Amino acid sequence: MNTSVITLSNLNKSFGATKAIDNVSLELKENEFFAMLGPSGCGKTTLLRTIAGFETPDDGAVLLAGENITHLRANKRPINLMFQSYALFPHMTVEKNIAYGLEMENLPQAEIDQRVSDIITMTQLEKFADRKPDQLSGGQRQRVALARALVKKPKVLLLDEPLGALDKKLREQMQLELKRLQMEAGITFVIVTHDQEEALVMADRIALMKDGKIAQLGSPHELYETPNSQFVANFIGHMNFFAGVIDGNSLKLPNGDILSGVNEQAATPATAGVLAVRPERLKVSRSHSHDLANGVSGKIVNIAYHGQDLNVHLAVDNQANTILTRISACEAEKLKLSIGEEIFCSWATEHGRLLTQ
Amino acid sequence: MRNFSSAGLYLNTHLKLVYVFLYVPILVLMVLSFNKAGLPTVWSGFSTEWYGKLFENTAILNAAKNTLIVAVISTILSSTIGTLLALGVEKAKVSSGLDALLFAPMIIPDIVLAIALLSFYTMLEFSLGLHSIILSHVVFNIAFVCAVVRTRLKNFDYSVIEASEDLGASSFTTFRRITLPIIFPGVLAGSLLAFTLSIDEFIIAFFTAGPGSSSTTLPMQIYSMIRFGVTPEINAMATIVMMVSFTLVFLSQRINKGITN
Repeated sequence: MNTSVITLSNLNKSFGATKAIDNVSLELKENEFFAMLGPSGCGKTTLLRTIAGFETPDDGAVLLAGENITHLRANKRPINLMFQSYALFPHMTVEKNIAYGLEMENLPQAEIDQRVSDIITMTQLEKFADRKPDQLSGGQRQRVALARALVKKPKVLLLDEPLGALDKKLREQMQLELKRLQMEAGITFVIVTHDQEEALVMADRIALMKDGKIAQLGSPHELYETPNSQFVANFIGHMNFFAGVIDGNSLKLPNGDILSGVNEQAATPATAGVLAVRPERLKVSRSHSHDLANGVSGKIVNIAYHGQDLNVHLAVDNQANTILTRISACEAEKLKLSIGEEIFCSWATEHGRLLTQ
Repeated sequence: MRNFSSAGLYLNTHLKLVYVFLYVPILVLMVLSFNKAGLPTVWSGFSTEWYGKLFENTAILNAAKNTLIVAVISTILSSTIGTLLALGVEKAKVSSGLDALLFAPMIIPDIVLAIALLSFYTMLEFSLGLHSIILSHVVFNIAFVCAVVRTRLKNFDYSVIEASEDLGASSFTTFRRITLPIIFPGVLAGSLLAFTLSIDEFIIAFFTAGPGSSSTTLPMQIYSMIRFGVTPEINAMATIVMMVSFTLVFLSQRINKGITN
């Protein structure tokens, strides 16, 4: 788990005036499920294509198990890419599509047949082996694309938005499926996605990217619970922000109230910043609760019904953003909230994070 | 509703009249090619003797052979060059000006192209004969093949080329096993069109042919024969040429449509 397969060192790549990759260094470990996450145009796809060999970096190096492969062509790299459009060969059957990569290695026909039939079983494509891509559904095509790349037994499998074309139900099913296949195959998967939920569910580690740089690198838990910037906090899940002035481990609201939180950055006195706290950490009550250290009162501006829970939006004095809390259906029945009411929400100090940028 | 149906009726009649206008003269010619007597306008009974006569006429057979040589070679050359050209311009995304220049040989009047080519050959002191006709036909056929192949490439997913390379194929293998098979219906349709255009092309062949019968093509032969009047023999030959052209155009359309459906 700790040996690195791919090492990217100080990669840079520009397209005209835009910097797609801005001095990125990264280690991808053996057997890990790695996600490159970010909004469109953040450079994640360019980074993936650089590892695949379809883009040459302006400077910096790509190492595969210590060997420099920066200028090795894509067809010579033991790395395979699953394309966003799947890029199946329309004139070949599923079986031929999968066998293609092995034929390129000039393997004996018996071995090709064996490996193709194994992977077809593994990806549950037995019934479709003789069909052409246009006779398959989106989910089946996705599995063929996956099988075609996996059958080569690459050192690293790159997946460019692999679930982007599927509907929600199928996507959730395939997330677990991909995770299972990765563990079975025992190879490194690198997935590119703009869907934070997908990255949280599947990845062992996530690199959240912005403007060609890695904004934060860590486990899904680290990124969710301890974001290092407002961008990360905002991109992953929903986050409530209270704006004010940070001083050490506390934040002074415009009305003079003091909230306390965790400040991991250098305690520079009196800087404008925010206290970030997740909706699920807020405890809603009718009156001021003294169990928890921090609290604000707010007026309910909206209640959105989601079945298992309700999203309650609060307007807090002198705050530009409304505050979101999630209340379970059972609790909501007890509280009987309605729009316009004043309620109180509170949270523990360790769940609030102070962020200056 | 009534307005719609009466408009439909007019359009329907119009459509039928257009077909009559287009095909009745050709139909008359085909019928007369089976006319027993040697008169072009009076029907005197069914006979296939003119088709028989046609195959005894060495001048016509020689011209037919020349036409086939020109058509086959110019089709092979223009299909190869035109296909590669189409792949190149679609990838390079050329400017609209250059793009228009690619279509120009299809629109330039044949007579202009014929004079231009003849002057060009003369300037270079290039000898005239079947080879100069072939070269001239390649010139305009490249444009047609390129245009047909490009329509095929409009729906081409270029990521399959990268996928092939990613799976370990060289550029040549990728072209042979992926790109060419996918665009093949377009290439075939383009070459059938090129073949048809070459078979009945007259003006350019007439201008760029060498002296004597060694480079006389079928359309040129027909032209020299009708100066002595239209005979059922010519009707028979025209019928054959037309059937060949019609079949090829029909096939080319079917093939090009085939994959889209």
